[in-house]
Amino acid sequence: MKTSKTVEILVGAFVAAGLLALFFLAMKVSNLGTLDTSETYQVIARFDNIGSLKVKAPVTMAGVEVGRVSDIGFDQERYQAVVKLALYKRFDRIPDDTFAKILTAGLLGEQYVGLDPGGSDTYLKEGDEIEITQSAMVLEDVIGQFIFGKAQDKEKKQ
Amino acid sequence: MTEMLARLGAGWILAVRHLGRALLLLLRILEGLDELVRRPRLLVEQLFSVGVLTVLIIGVSGLFVGMVLSLQGYYILSQFDAESALGVMVAASLLRELGPVVTALLFAGRAGSALTAEIGLMKATEQLSGLEMMAVDPVRRVLTPRFLAGFLAMPLLAALFSALGVLGGWFVGVGLLGVDDGTWWVQMQARIDWHEDLYNGVVKSLVFGFVCTWIAVFQGYNSLPTSAGVSRATTRTVVHSSLAVLGLDFVLTALMFK
Repeated sequence: MKTSKTVEILVGAFVAAGLLALFFLAMKVSNLGTLDTSETYQVIARFDNIGSLKVKAPVTMAGVEVGRVSDIGFDQERYQAVVKLALYKRFDRIPDDTFAKILTAGLLGEQYVGLDPGGSDTYLKEGDEIEITQSAMVLEDVIGQFIFGKAQDKEKKQ
Repeated sequence: MTEMLARLGAGWILAVRHLGRALLLLLRILEGLDELVRRPRLLVEQLFSVGVLTVLIIGVSGLFVGMVLSLQGYYILSQFDAESALGVMVAASLLRELGPVVTALLFAGRAGSALTAEIGLMKATEQLSGLEMMAVDPVRRVLTPRFLAGFLAMPLLAALFSALGVLGGWFVGVGLLGVDDGTWWVQMQARIDWHEDLYNGVVKSLVFGFVCTWIAVFQGYNSLPTSAGVSRATTRTVVHSSLAVLGLDFVLTALMFK
């Protein structure tokens, strides 16, 4: 049997190592270390089709993350998707005629919301709506348009 | 026919009786928690035998499980040109499933069986009765510290397992197979959610720690005080714990990840 002091030291080392491992997992492996907990303001945007956009998807402007998608709903009267965007408060000078579109990261990557700034002097604030939007690109629609266009070309030639 | 029915019924009654006894024992163990506030030394001693002595097997297993995951994942992911997702795959499988579950299975084999054998032998050699003769409650003095130590040690062991697994996977993926170091960590941090993946994994290992030590302590306390009885109780601990962990894991996974 080891002396009680050694036992205590080893138990202390064990608990410390376990907590250190948890800390490592939280900060280095999961998103807790990079989590942006800064305050946000909510704006909404309506889209005809959001494709496979998910809650928590990034909202970017010029490639920089300026917010996250916080909620996705459906408007039963206009048959449109209502996307709530939580924008970080430190980006408080986004013009209110900004253009929102749903983009895809890479060919098969996940979808995110891209913002293109407008030219207005007034800025977006809590509760505002982004009026100009562009839907997600749905692969079937694009292929459909392509085939339709080909068929029309042929008709013209004949 | 009636013979078979009677046997089935007897089996059920026995099972329910065991369950009831285990529950009552659990209540008595939890009642004794205040004893540990007065004598924290008892807990430290048990943390040593349950936790520290289990670290080696947990660490080595974690390291190798992570390395194998990385190796296997690389072959599959490289067929889709998705090696960049290797870190995410390794970390997610470790945090969500392999960390808590494999740790619990190893814990049942290494620490649970030792707990049962120790308590069973204490009973067989009448040490528990001896304590009772001295007006010391053996449940409070012997079982409570062991139970709490197992419950506390499990999440720490699971965290060690997962952390070493990620490092092992990193060594194979980045060091040997040539996945980019930055991609590995950045993709991992972007896709692993601290609540969804890490927190749920810790909750799982807390549940497993509770169940595994409860089974081990109960089997030891309930064993027949003979050498054959202790040996059978030890086997039962490992079998019951493993089955309980695997079954509970399914239920917890179904509840947690929607």
